[in-house]
Amino acid sequence: MLRRTLSRVSWVDVFLRIFQLVAAVVILIGLYKTFTTARYSSEQWATLAFAGLAQGSIYALIALGYTLVYGILLMINFAHGEIYMTGAFSTVFLAMYFNRIGFLQSSPVLAIIVLILFSAAVSTSIAVLLERIAYRPLRNAPRLIPLITAIGASFALQYTFRGLFGSQFRAYPDIAVLKGTWNILGFDVPLVQPVVFLAAVLLMVALYWFVERTKTGKAMRAVSEDKAVARLMGIDIDRIIVSTFALGGALAGAAGVFNGLFRPQGVFFLMGFFPGIKAFTAAVLGGIGNIPGAMMGGLLLGLIEALGPNLILEGLGIPAANQLKDAIAFLVLVLILIFRPQGIFGERLAEKKA
Amino acid sequence: MSKRFVSIFSLLVIASMALAACGGGAAPLECTDAIGCVEVAAGEPIHLAYMLTVSGATATLGDDSLGGIRVALNDRPDVLGHTVELTGEDEGCSAEGGQTAGTKVAADPSVVAIVGTNCSGAAFAALPAISEAGMLMCSSSNTNPGLTDPEGGWLPGYYRTAHNDKFQGRIAAEFAYNELGARTAATIHDGSPYAQALQQVFAETFAALGGTVTFQGAVNVGDTDMRAVLTTVAADTPDILYYPIFEPEGNFITAQAAEVAGMENTILMGADGLLADTFPENSGENVVGMYLSGPYVTGATYDDFLAKWAEVIGGVPPSGFHAFAYDCTNMILDAIESVAQQGSDGTLLIGRQALRDAMTATAGFDGLTGSLTCNEYGDCATGEALAVFQITEAELNGGWPPAAIWTP
Amino acid sequence: MKINWKTTLRYGLIGGVSALYFSMIGMVELFAGRNLIGTTVNMGHLLLYGGMLAAGLLAARAHHQGKLAQHAVIGLVAGLSAAIPTALLVILHEFIPMQDVFVSVNNALIRFLTFERGLPGLLQFFLASGLLGLLGGLFDGIPTDYRRAVGTGLAGVAIVAVFSDLVTQVLTNLFGRASVNIFFVSKALKPVIALVLLLAIAAFVFMRDRRKANAPAAVAAAPLDKRAALRKQVILFVIIGALLAIAPWILGSFLSQVLFEVGRFVLLGLGLNIVVGYAGLLDLGYVAFFAFGAYTMGLLTTTTNLNLGGGVFNFWLALPIAVLVSVLFGVLLGFPVLSLRGDYLAIVTLGFGEIIRILALSDWLKPIMGGAQGVLFIPTPEIFGIVFDSPESMYYLVLAAALVAAFVSIRLRDSRLGRQWMAMREDEDVAEAMGINTVQTKLLAFAIGAGFSGLGGAIFAARLGNIFPHSFNLLISINALSLIIVGGLGSIPGVIVGAIALVGLPELLREFQEYRLLIYGILLIVMMLNRPEGFLPAEVFKRELHAGEITEPAEVE
Repeated sequence: MLRRTLSRVSWVDVFLRIFQLVAAVVILIGLYKTFTTARYSSEQWATLAFAGLAQGSIYALIALGYTLVYGILLMINFAHGEIYMTGAFSTVFLAMYFNRIGFLQSSPVLAIIVLILFSAAVSTSIAVLLERIAYRPLRNAPRLIPLITAIGASFALQYTFRGLFGSQFRAYPDIAVLKGTWNILGFDVPLVQPVVFLAAVLLMVALYWFVERTKTGKAMRAVSEDKAVARLMGIDIDRIIVSTFALGGALAGAAGVFNGLFRPQGVFFLMGFFPGIKAFTAAVLGGIGNIPGAMMGGLLLGLIEALGPNLILEGLGIPAANQLKDAIAFLVLVLILIFRPQGIFGERLAEKKA
Repeated sequence: MSKRFVSIFSLLVIASMALAACGGGAAPLECTDAIGCVEVAAGEPIHLAYMLTVSGATATLGDDSLGGIRVALNDRPDVLGHTVELTGEDEGCSAEGGQTAGTKVAADPSVVAIVGTNCSGAAFAALPAISEAGMLMCSSSNTNPGLTDPEGGWLPGYYRTAHNDKFQGRIAAEFAYNELGARTAATIHDGSPYAQALQQVFAETFAALGGTVTFQGAVNVGDTDMRAVLTTVAADTPDILYYPIFEPEGNFITAQAAEVAGMENTILMGADGLLADTFPENSGENVVGMYLSGPYVTGATYDDFLAKWAEVIGGVPPSGFHAFAYDCTNMILDAIESVAQQGSDGTLLIGRQALRDAMTATAGFDGLTGSLTCNEYGDCATGEALAVFQITEAELNGGWPPAAIWTP
Repeated sequence: MKINWKTTLRYGLIGGVSALYFSMIGMVELFAGRNLIGTTVNMGHLLLYGGMLAAGLLAARAHHQGKLAQHAVIGLVAGLSAAIPTALLVILHEFIPMQDVFVSVNNALIRFLTFERGLPGLLQFFLASGLLGLLGGLFDGIPTDYRRAVGTGLAGVAIVAVFSDLVTQVLTNLFGRASVNIFFVSKALKPVIALVLLLAIAAFVFMRDRRKANAPAAVAAAPLDKRAALRKQVILFVIIGALLAIAPWILGSFLSQVLFEVGRFVLLGLGLNIVVGYAGLLDLGYVAFFAFGAYTMGLLTTTTNLNLGGGVFNFWLALPIAVLVSVLFGVLLGFPVLSLRGDYLAIVTLGFGEIIRILALSDWLKPIMGGAQGVLFIPTPEIFGIVFDSPESMYYLVLAAALVAAFVSIRLRDSRLGRQWMAMREDEDVAEAMGINTVQTKLLAFAIGAGFSGLGGAIFAARLGNIFPHSFNLLISINALSLIIVGGLGSIPGVIVGAIALVGLPELLREFQEYRLLIYGILLIVMMLNRPEGFLPAEVFKRELHAGEITEPAEVE
């Protein structure tokens, strides 16, 4: 019996090791060929990497919403990408108005803060509303049930916003002061990228502090450890869950404005779908339920997306390599999860079986 | 079930049957058409249908064509003493959507003709049912060459006012090589059959003219980060970058091209997918100077059309295919007027084969998109009504449409 | 009885927000053009004033009992207050044009809301809203048996009018187009017909209830002996079987096409049900196997130069190969995810699904798989001179495939393997400790699920004639998952009901166009809130759900 078990385990393991080995070798060949052909300058690689970091920080902000909710309810809030969309889409009209009256160009910092607050307010309200209508009545149902209402909510939100604001594409206005470049480590980087990156990191640090230090944050952690005990300790579970959704929504709303600064184009009702999936991937990559994990997962995903195709696939001589960008990202995810089934940083609630 | 209910119900059914039997009434017209006729009783509307993509990310295409149809119908409230009723289906820009929409339209024998589809993939799947039902379908934006190729997907009853990819790709390449003097070119498509085919024709024509195609890349629908692919393009510093794709991916490429080193001297060029009033404003400053190939529909008649659009639909057309839909609708109505037999009581009898024949015989139709002459496989546009446009500061500040700077 | 004004106003407000919502997202204006009954009642009315009617009704109901006059007052107040939000919108529009932002708040909407009379028309709007609220309130006040009869009648008329396409298709198919013109004007019910229908349904319900009430309760309560129950079941099966067999003749080609779509998703659902429902492995990339089936069929039989089969394959030869290829990939993609659990499994399978679609789309594999241009000219199946080129004939093919899949599913569920799956679903560690080979069990679940999906894909490709990578997107996986959960996880009849609700219904709602997915989303939420266990839950899940409710409300994991 034991021997049979052993042989069986090793057989699967051998297969997986071979799979990893082949993938690693292919990646190395791609890297080697890319560097030996020296098609791109280090300047170009740096540009890609900085853009990837900025994109990654936006993924990270959205991923935090997934992770916070997951940590407490063990539930995938599939509609979180749409919560991000609602903030970004509503705020584009305010941004266009600010631009028309000149406020956006005359005092950009104040204007951007107002935009972020507005976007966060919209996203937060939608997130709280969603929790009230679609999730709270199902809190005791098996876990797949709220996943389905989340999918339903996702469609409902997309097409409600299409009905409200139309199917046209919109764009955030250009902001003159963000147009310049910054010299980082000898590379000229568009100013907006480090600004977005630093602002996002600031928000994440603030969140970390909030969860670790404040009373509500501690209550959140208590609820995520054990709801029954937390209730006995006098914690109002409903209130904590609502604040978790609100917090996730606010971060997604802020991400919507950051995205508008960084990539102003393409604001429309389906804009939340792909970032939502990507952020979910990032959250899992870092270890779902784990706050620093979501941050790192987001940044890593941004970098892989920005560098992966040119770095690996082009060296292999694959035509139109950028088409396979998402395939690379998912492949890396699979490889990492085979090594570490609990994500890079592990699940903070590892003992609680998912 | 209660007995009384059964008796009431059967009475109703019998009564309705009786009504149906005598409802046919005086019909002196006789159908001699090989594949059947549509009879439109006095006082009843002539039934046109549309199959367009009105949901999802390609919805602007459908909204655009639908507007063109509605403006055309608004122009002609009376066709041989009948009004025209328009009903429609969403083809969703997918093969399965096209098939379901086509089956549904084909199942309604009162439909005389169809304007649609938007996407070629939907047309391939919809056409068998439509053709079988003896109907006629005229597309405003199918550009796949196979649809009018008897060896390909062509079936009787198919027409289009949209130009075959072969025309637009060739014209763009000729413009780039001969007029702009470009000798190296790169292309990007978005994985849609339309963009992939168009850039392929462009690349082949450009190479045949003597140019070098340095790179043929692709992005995905939903991508926002184009820097990576643009960096690859920039490595060869081509003279021109051709990306016949749609919003919003086209916006991202246009805007981010300004931020990638090595792209400073590369001319940007798109196609009719980007010929939309929102495109310049959404793309930002880098759009100025960019070229777009597309249908040449400027001039006084087009200005009239835009005025009517503003009145009937409101605003400006969201994309570049409304004029083709307008022409399709008018050609169909003309064909109906020329073949319909009129009874003394106002009844119309429209022979389906006769209608197709009349459509095929269309020659020198003076449409918004130029002079249209259909060939036996339904290609009604010859590509002469194509032009290249250049975006200027005026368009960036809300002006539309841009001026045509070159016609073949 | 005292009237609780706060409650009344609250219901009024809810009704008002619903009316405002439908107005602002453009549905009211767009569907004002879709007549339901004659030219007097259109769908815009239904969406707008439905809120007022519901407000009146619910507000009155919240008061439990009272005189009819009180009902009327409550309904009137609720209806009037429900008009306020929309009226404010109209007034606001007068001063600040907002069409630049809210594209649906346009002049056409305002004209519809104000009865084409400008601001003074608001008076009429309030009048209409109040009247409908009043009717709603009164409706709650009339005796139950009348209420049931009238309510069912109204609902029946509304359903026939909204789904008039369905009715007209059947009528056209059975009695010819002329029969439609007796009952309908374009898509709207003729007013006389609507009235007759209302009275007929109301009379029927009324008399049935009367008879039931008069009949001795013993009839209903009498325990059926086993034989009788069995006989009843057999009769039911025969009726269902006969209906399935003759369905295309009754329904005509469009509805047969809808049934074909339902059948395709039944196949997908049955396969996914094995993976998720039986084995408890959350797979979000299930569409990949559907794609393998479709592409194998396509590449083996296409008449273009992409053909890999050397021209020897027809549909029937390619079908088993398509299934086999899917099974193979089911095992292959199952390997890397063996050690993953729960949501990690979900995201990795989602990734696999996307990778497959992206590869099929890529220029890299274009020489083999057709890339963006897809695989064209896949021939239709043909056997003994019968060509499966119509929706009606393909319906039989997909029906046969679904029956086989259902049969296999049932046999598997009751087999040793089925019990192993369920044990693994309950607790993987315990299952392993009990000597279940979880590797083998998991891989078998993936493989069999993939096989069903591949079968569906192969038939799909043959029906469509052309396949494009875009047909294999994430939404298919999501739809398949939703339908098995809506139907009831682990339940085979549930899969069928789920497919009808989530695939068939949206097809019938095609005329809602861009709002179809909005309705789909709202439908998903409402269904799950009302029946979290699904329509036809499997016994074991019903127990589980209720056990959770009784013992430990905080934590059901």
